[in-house]
Order: sequence, then C-alpha cells, then structure tokens
Amino acid sequence: MPPTASRLLLIGLVVLALAAPWLAPAYRTQISFLWVMIIFALTWDILGGQMGYNSFGNVVFFGVGMYGCAVIQRDTGLDYYPALCLGMTAGAALAVTLAAVLGSGLLGLRGHYFAIATLGLGFAAGEFASGWDFIGAGSGMVTPLYPGEVGDRESFFYFLLLALTVVTFFVLRRLYSGRFGLAINAIRDDEDKAEAMGIRTTLYKTTAWCVSAFFLGVTGAAVGNLIGFIDPRDVAFAGPTFGVWMVLMAILGGKGTLWGPVLGATVFHITQELFWTYLLGWQRVALGLVILAIVLFFPLGILGWARERWPERFGHAVEERPATGEGAS
Amino acid sequence: MSNLLIGAVFALAAYGMALVWGVMNVVNICQGEFVMLGGYTAYFLFKAGVHPLVGIPVAAVLLFVFGWLLYRAVIFRVVDKDLFISILATFGLSILLQQLANQLFGADVRTADAGFRTLFFFDNMVTVSVVKIVAFGAALLVGAILMLFLKKSRLGQAIRATAQNARAARIMGIDTGRVYATTYALNAAICGAAGALVAMTWLIHPYLGLPYTVRSFMIVILAGLGNVAAVLAAGLGLGAAENFAGFILGAEYQSAFVFALLVAILLWRRFWLDRTRGYLK
Repeated sequence: MPPTASRLLLIGLVVLALAAPWLAPAYRTQISFLWVMIIFALTWDILGGQMGYNSFGNVVFFGVGMYGCAVIQRDTGLDYYPALCLGMTAGAALAVTLAAVLGSGLLGLRGHYFAIATLGLGFAAGEFASGWDFIGAGSGMVTPLYPGEVGDRESFFYFLLLALTVVTFFVLRRLYSGRFGLAINAIRDDEDKAEAMGIRTTLYKTTAWCVSAFFLGVTGAAVGNLIGFIDPRDVAFAGPTFGVWMVLMAILGGKGTLWGPVLGATVFHITQELFWTYLLGWQRVALGLVILAIVLFFPLGILGWARERWPERFGHAVEERPATGEGAS
Repeated sequence: MSNLLIGAVFALAAYGMALVWGVMNVVNICQGEFVMLGGYTAYFLFKAGVHPLVGIPVAAVLLFVFGWLLYRAVIFRVVDKDLFISILATFGLSILLQQLANQLFGADVRTADAGFRTLFFFDNMVTVSVVKIVAFGAALLVGAILMLFLKKSRLGQAIRATAQNARAARIMGIDTGRVYATTYALNAAICGAAGALVAMTWLIHPYLGLPYTVRSFMIVILAGLGNVAAVLAAGLGLGAAENFAGFILGAEYQSAFVFALLVAILLWRRFWLDRTRGYLK
C-alpha cells in the first residue's frame, strides 16, 4: 500500500472510531470490547507472530492488571479518578514485573513446551485467584461505582480503551520498524543463529514480553472497571476464552504483520457477537468449528492469504520470494 | 493408599497421549474429552442396566470408532503440520466436544456407581475401595497389552516403524495413513476405557476434560515418549502428589496445584537440559 493511502485509511478509521459512540450508541460496550480484542491480538502478536513464541498465557497479565487496579481502588480510599490512575499504573507495573520474573524462566523453553507451559500458567493463575480470600476468592471483586450519569461510564471507558488501542498500535509500529523489531524477527527465524550473531536474545525476549504485559495490564485495569465485576475464571484469567481468542484473532488476520491482528480481531469479534446472539447454547460448538476452519484452511491468515494471492500489491512481498518472481519473468 | 491408585487412571490417558505424540507428532488437547465421552458411554450403559465393568470394553470400542472417524475428518490434515497448529486444532475440537456434550447430555453431574465395597486394613487405618483396585488392575492390563501389541503384532511394528521415520516407513510399503488412523483411534479407545473407570469411581460432567489433558501431558513429559512403565510410575506419583497437595493446601487449591506443577516441571526440565548441555561442553 502506498504511504499516503495507508495514512488516509488510518485517519479515516480513527475518525470513524471517534464518531462511533454517536453513530451507534447502543453498541458502545460491544465496540469497547472490539478495542480490547484488538489490543489482545496486537500484544499477542509481539511474541507469537514477530518472535515465534506461541503463548497461551498472556491473559495472566490482563488478569493481574485487573486485580491490581481493583485492589488499589478498594484499599487506598482515594477519589475515583486518582484511584483509577494509580490503579492502572500499579496494574501495569505488576504485570510488567511478573512478565520479567516469569520470562527469565519460561522464555528459555522452546516451541510447544513454551506453549503448554503458558497454557498451564493461565489456568493456574485463575485457580489461585479463585482460592485467595484477599482478592475475593471465587466470588470475585466489585470495582467502585463510576461517579457520573448512567451512560457516562460506557463513554468514558470507550474513549479510554480507544486511546489505549491507538497508543498500542503506534508504539508497536515504532518498535517493529527499529532495531527491536529486527532483533525479535531474527529470534523467530533462527534463535541460535541470532544468538551467535551477538543479539542478546534473553534480554530481547524478556523485553518483548514486558511490552506485551504492560499494555495488557493497563487494558485489564480499564476492563475491570468497565465491567464492574471481576470473576476470577470468566473475566480476569479467562484462559479458554480470551487467552485462546487472542491467538486465533492474530492467526486469522495474519500473524507477524501489524495490520493482521487488527483485521483478525475485527472479523473475529463481529462473528463471535453474532454467534452469541443467534446461536446461544451452541456458541462454543460454532466457535470450535471456526477455530478448526481457521487453523486448517487459513493457517497464514487473511493477510497472508491475500499476500500469496496478490504479491505485487504488497510491494516487498515479491522480494521475499525471489523464486516466484523469477519464475514469472 | 487409595489415593495412589487414582494415578492409574491418569496413567491410562497418558499412554494414549504418549502414543499419539510419539507416532504422529500431534499433541492431542482433546484427550480429556475422550475420557469424558468414555465416561458418558459407561454411564448410559449403566442406566440401561449393564454392569459398569462391561461398560469399559464397550466404551473402548465406541471411542475407537469415534477416534477413527475424527482422524479421517480432521486430524489427518494436521499430522504433517507445525505442532502449534495441531495444538490449536485439537483445542478447537475440545471446546466443540465439551459444549456438544453439554447440550446433548446436560450439565448435571453423573456417576455410574457400581456399588463396589470398600476394604479396610490395619484397624481402618488404610481403606481401599475395590473399584480403585479394579482401575489399577485395568491400567496395568492395558499397559501390558499395549506393550505386547507394539512389540509383537505386525500393526504394532508398523506403528513403531512410522514413529521412527515416517518417510522410510512409506518407502517400505507401510500405509502410514492407516497407521496414523489406528494410532489415533487406539488413543481414543484407551481414553474411553479410562473414562469408564472415572464414571465408576467419581463423577462425570461435560467439562471434566482439561485437567486430564494437562495431567497426561505432565506425565508424558516426565516419563518420556516411549516408556510405558515410566508412564505408569509417573501417573501413580502424580496421583499421590496431587492428593497430598489437596490435603496440605486445601481442596480449593488442588487444581491450581496441578497447573502450577505443570509449569514447575517444564521449568525443571529446562534447567536440567541446561545442565546436561553444560556437561557436553
């Protein structure tokens, strides 16, 4: 895509997103969750797509941020907005610390061992949270009431989450275009070789996970307040839903690209909402079929498929596969 | 003592996982769902008036057919793909089967209580229910049959050959597609037998699968892919450790302990491998 066209597209999308609460006021919460899903897919793709480490446990950071924020709001006794700010900061800090600690051990695992270990991590966190009385155990936590009119809370968190999505997108775009992006791509392509070339792989891997954890922690803090009730297994550490959806959305859109996760999250979220509305009771059966279809028939995702179909529209994609280029000429 | 025997059922599901992983290089996340389906088979047979012990082979046969069909429909597409693809695909199957079971059989907790007695030893200090001894015996029996089958029978030899080198096996005239289908169906059958035992011993419900998958995974990682005796030992050890943890930490942390143990085992394995690499240097 030429740079001006992509910039126009970006501006158009942001304008549309800003206008959406007035265009479709009834769907504010659903669209807020669309932003959450996009953040999920983008942050998963840092490790899964760009670095080649498939994590099923990123949802842990989301839950930790959520609980961290809720505990601060409960125990500090500040007003709503200062407590929320402090809580979001604390949630993010907690998530990043956790990522640094866990990363130093877990990121040494390769391939499917990492995938399964993080899967276990996600479930273990949920089970611990539902057994720990300090954070409400199985009955969960309730976040403080929003001070304002009835509809204000949805609008406030809509714009907060939208801002977060935009920040995430641009921070990642900046990161991927620099040394960091090259380093983690090198790790994906051949970790041993990257290490032999002098890239400090452990440092980069942990940093990547910390970046991912930071955004997930902040998002978790905001989502906890948007929903108003934190359930340990179904909201905070929802491994079988959020934890796996982020993987699917990134794969559906095309992992290892910047726009892929955004596209995948949008398509997935809309499909999913339709399932929940029209196929209630069978929604997980339908979801299972969708997972199978995505994984079996579109392992490269929408963008990957389009790139194979029309390589010339993606510019440098032709250079990536010189064999096809020469064969055509 | 009774708790040690629980591990036998875990070991059964783990045999299957080791088989599929070793031969097909597929990590089967819907392992626990096979256990669940086996449990429901035994339950419905029990309702129809059949003794639960008869339910074990019937569940195994039914699940064998189911596994075969599943392979022909879905799994053959993921065999030669990346391992991550197979994890995701079988995860999709797993949530599909869960809710399908929930819709068809209802979310109620069921059991096929066979009315086995409980034996008491040493002035009631040690209690062992007969059904757990049956489970233990079945695990031993299935393990022995499996080992003999893989060693002696022609199909077993074909399975082992395919596990060693699928391409070479194909060149030698082995129909690897059939070998894979049989392996997967065999796995489903073993899990079905385990599920029938679960239905006899405890309770079954549509969402019981995942802890069984995680447990089999842990056992396989501990025991390695080709060692039936080690799988049984690791299964029994896990059963004991889990009950001990439930006793010390409280029952609400028991499944948390299972998942945390998984992470701990993987980390331990990593440091252990690091050390072996250190020796090699």
